[in-house]
Formats: sequence, C-alpha cells, structure tokens
Amino acid sequence: MSATGPDARAIAAAVRAGERTAAEVLEEHLGRIAAREAELHAFNHLTEDAARAAAAAVDAAVAAGQDPGPLAGVPVALKDNLCTRGVPTTCSSRILEGWCPPYDATVVTRLAAAGAVAVGKTNLDEFAMGSSTENSAFGPTRNPHDTTRVPGGSSGGSAAAVAAGFAPLSLGSDTGGSIRQPAALCGVVGVKPTYGLVSRYGLVAFGSSLDQIGPFATTVADAALVCEVIGGHDPADSTSLPEAFPELTPHLADGVDGLRVGVIAEMMGEGISPDVAARVRSAAEALASAGAVVEEVSVPAVTHGLSAYYLVAPAEASSNLARYDGVRYGNRVDAPTAGEMMEATRTAGFGDEVKRRIMLGTYALSAGYYDAFYGKALKVRTLIREDFDRAYASHDVLLSPTSPTTAFPLGAKVDDPLTMYLNDVCTIPTNLAGHPAMSVPYGTGDDGLPVGVQVLAPARGEVAMFRTAAVLEGSLR
Amino acid sequence: MPSSEPDAPITSADVAKVASLARLRLDDAELERFTHQLADILGHAADLETLDLAGVEPMAHPIPLVNVLRPDVPGDLVDRDEALAQAPAAEDGQFRVPPVLGEAP
Repeated sequence: MSATGPDARAIAAAVRAGERTAAEVLEEHLGRIAAREAELHAFNHLTEDAARAAAAAVDAAVAAGQDPGPLAGVPVALKDNLCTRGVPTTCSSRILEGWCPPYDATVVTRLAAAGAVAVGKTNLDEFAMGSSTENSAFGPTRNPHDTTRVPGGSSGGSAAAVAAGFAPLSLGSDTGGSIRQPAALCGVVGVKPTYGLVSRYGLVAFGSSLDQIGPFATTVADAALVCEVIGGHDPADSTSLPEAFPELTPHLADGVDGLRVGVIAEMMGEGISPDVAARVRSAAEALASAGAVVEEVSVPAVTHGLSAYYLVAPAEASSNLARYDGVRYGNRVDAPTAGEMMEATRTAGFGDEVKRRIMLGTYALSAGYYDAFYGKALKVRTLIREDFDRAYASHDVLLSPTSPTTAFPLGAKVDDPLTMYLNDVCTIPTNLAGHPAMSVPYGTGDDGLPVGVQVLAPARGEVAMFRTAAVLEGSLR
Repeated sequence: MPSSEPDAPITSADVAKVASLARLRLDDAELERFTHQLADILGHAADLETLDLAGVEPMAHPIPLVNVLRPDVPGDLVDRDEALAQAPAAEDGQFRVPPVLGEAP
C-alpha cells in the first residue's frame, strides 16, 4: 500500500522506539488530507489542534521513558456517529448539526489510552442508513480510486480516509454491512466483530441488536491490533459480553492448514457480478493451496436476509430515533406547542432515507401489522442463525463476496431505495445472526476497481477469521 | 401503481398515518413518492410469506438479554451544565419546551 504510507504497526513501533515523532507522523498525514480532502470529502470535521496536542503528549511520554501504548502516535479517523466530548458529532444529519457530546464513546477513550491520535470525524450516510454515503446531509464522499464513484456506505468517509492515506486506521459502525461494504469498494480491510465484543457505549444507536463498531485498516494485522485495543467488556454497555476480545496477533501467522472453509453457494450466483464471484473463487483456491479444506456449502435462509433486515432494522431505528425531538440536544424548529415543535423539528432535520426507515419501522411495529412484518422477520432471523449454525458445524469459516459489485457511479442508485438495499445482500445475514465477518481486499474487477472477499465466522470465531484473512492477504504478495 | 391496488402492501393513507405517528409532516408529492417506495420495499419482503415459520421462536437479539446490575454507588456522571449547554433551550437547570398541555393527543 505505498500510496497510503506506512501501516499503523510500523508507525507505532517507530514512535515507541524514538525513531520518529508522533508530531512528524501527524503532519505527514495532515499534509495528505490538505492535498485531497476537498476532492474526496471524507471528513465532516477535522480536529488538527487537538491532534497536535495529543501527538505532543505521545512524544513527551516517549521522551520521559514511558510507553504511550500499542498505537503510539498513530493517526486515526472516527466515524461521525461516535461520541467525542466537546467535538461536533453530527451523524451527517441536520438534526444534530453543531451538537457536541458531553462524553466520549468507550472506543474513543480506549484508542486514546493506546496512544492513537484522533484527526477528525468522518462522513457517513445520515444516521448510518445507506450504502453509498450519498445520504449525508453534508454532501457525498468520493471513492479515492475513482472520484466519479461512491466509496460505499454507510462508513464511506472512514473507508475513503484509510484508502487515501489520510490515516492508517479508522473506526466505523456496521449494522448491515456499513464497515465491510465500503472497505470492499475502497480496497481496504474492514471488520465487523461478534456482537457484544466491542462496547457500543457512545455509538449513536441505529439498530441496537445489530450495530457493532469495528476498524478499517490497510493490513489484516493492523485491523487485529485495533480489535484488541477497542474490544473487551465495558460495564457502560449492558449488551457487552463479559469477556476479553480474543487475542488475534499471536495467531496471524498460524496459517489455514486443515481449516475447513465453506463458500456460500447462495452468494455466488444470481445478482453477483461474475468478475466479483471469480475473485472469491481465486480466494478459495488460494486457501486450498495453503492447506485449507474448501468446499461449497448451502446456507438457504440467507436469501431471506434482506427482507428480514429491512423490517427489523427500521423497526429498531424508528424507536431509537424517537429521541430526536428538539428537546434535549441538536436543533429545534420553534412552534407554538411542544407537539408542533417536535413535528417541525423532525420534518426539517431528517433526510429522506431516514424518514423512509422511520415510517417503515413504525408501520412494521404498528397494531395489525406487527405479526405480519416485524414478528415474522424475527422468526426468519432465527432460521438464518440456525442455517449458519448448521454450516459452522462442519466449517470453521465461510467465504463470499462482500459486495455484489465494485464501486458504482455517484447518483446511480440514489433514487431507487430497493436497488440500493441490494448492495447489502451478502453482509446483512451476519448482523442478523450477531456473528463476526470481515472484508479483505482481493484484487480488482474487470473495471480495475477493488473487490473485497468476505470471511465469515461463528460468534467468537475471530481467530479463525483473522487467520484466513492473513493467508488471503499473503497470497496476493 | 401499487398504492391504489386493494391488496397493496401499504397505501397512501397508511403512510400518512405512520408519518403522523412518527411526528413527520409530508407534502402531497412526498406522500406519493414515499408510498411507492415503501410499497416496493414491502413487496420485496413478500418472499417471507413462502416460509413455514410454524414453531419457530422469534429472535429479537443475538445474545440472551438479562438485567445488568451494579452496586448503587455514585460514579463519574455526565455534568448537568455541560449536558444542558447542548440543549436547544434550558432554564433553571432544566430543558425548556413550548406548552405541552391543551394539545390534541
């Protein structure tokens, strides 16, 4: 990844050893941002001053003989739905424009404690609803590989920031593929950990039973390191699992000899671009050459994932987004009564996609339709998990495309919500099941744009998932 | 035009109702556009009708949800003034809103 500069582990090693200063590293990255940010719009807000202060603190610690931590001096970009104390957190929505949270998300605190230097807040589809970052109230982000194309979404700004070398690391959130799909379209590594292994405290909620925070990086090893830093139990999140994140770094060189890999049959045919499917088959061959036992496996219920997801996620969103009513935070449109004020505020503050999902969710939960829509979708969720369980009884990891296509042109799908939703057909089942999955860059499609291969694993299966990803990464060298 | 069919998955009257429940105001053009789009999405979800879901337990969450308790000891809390400083309007340590009483439900 020569276009993006040294990876995070190399930077941290040099800073800890006193060979480079965090200040130097930061200025190098701010220089790259200055050169290309106007063209890409990866950020909603840059925090140069705070970053310079944080880098100086890292350098002071090194000078004093202290260890600033495993991410010493590493610049990191944060999706703008992660709360940062005193720093604007907008979710790319007018309704939160100018809001400065009174606390930090746990992942933000943990990154800082590990010596990382936050450089800014990245653009996203409003409230993380979308697959192209075109639903941002502040304008779209562009793909660094081809600026006429989308970076994917919803964490498009975080993916583009890493692909453009603005920061070697960033954080995103993934409710239905919002880390993995943009990682694939931007040619970087993106990880959605097991539900509950990374604290959601301070992540602005979209679909609470689906949301998970995870990293973007240029290497599999960097992504593993971030998971180890941000993961593990947090008493501030009642859905946080009472355990540490599995140790990944010691296993990255373990290889895949004897590992059982299943290629998901339902994700290799209809709706998948043939050049993308061909890259997944190449990945499967690379794993077989490295000693894995590779075969095709059927996970039938995943074909109903999209339908179930677009009932479950909007239902949860309609409830979570009820809090934006102009009372406690964000913007207010004044009106004579509280009810009129709330309606005027929400009508002016939310964009179309957010309104669509709030209405869809309200409908799916409403009396007379609950059993037909939301209740049914929850049962389908069970079927999906059971089919995954059957597949994992005889396989350690599964393989599929991350996205059905490479990056598509800006504007191509924005007027047709259903077509846009189909981007997430391969990533959604993982969130419904609560499992981990990651996207690994694996060459390019016929158009020369990046293709991502998705590695899926059962809950807490991160070690096998990262071993597989590391072998795939190595097979391209 | 799905919204005019009697067996449409969602009608413009339904959309107007949920918009009102969700405190969103739609003009006529928005109502028509959203009705079409939501009908498309719900129409796609009709594949769920083909599944035999008898005896299948619903799954609302990936992990078993239990109450999480901690000792009742004051911790490091969000500062009240800092939180109120971010509100659209505040007075005497409280959020200020327009009149609530006297409205239709």
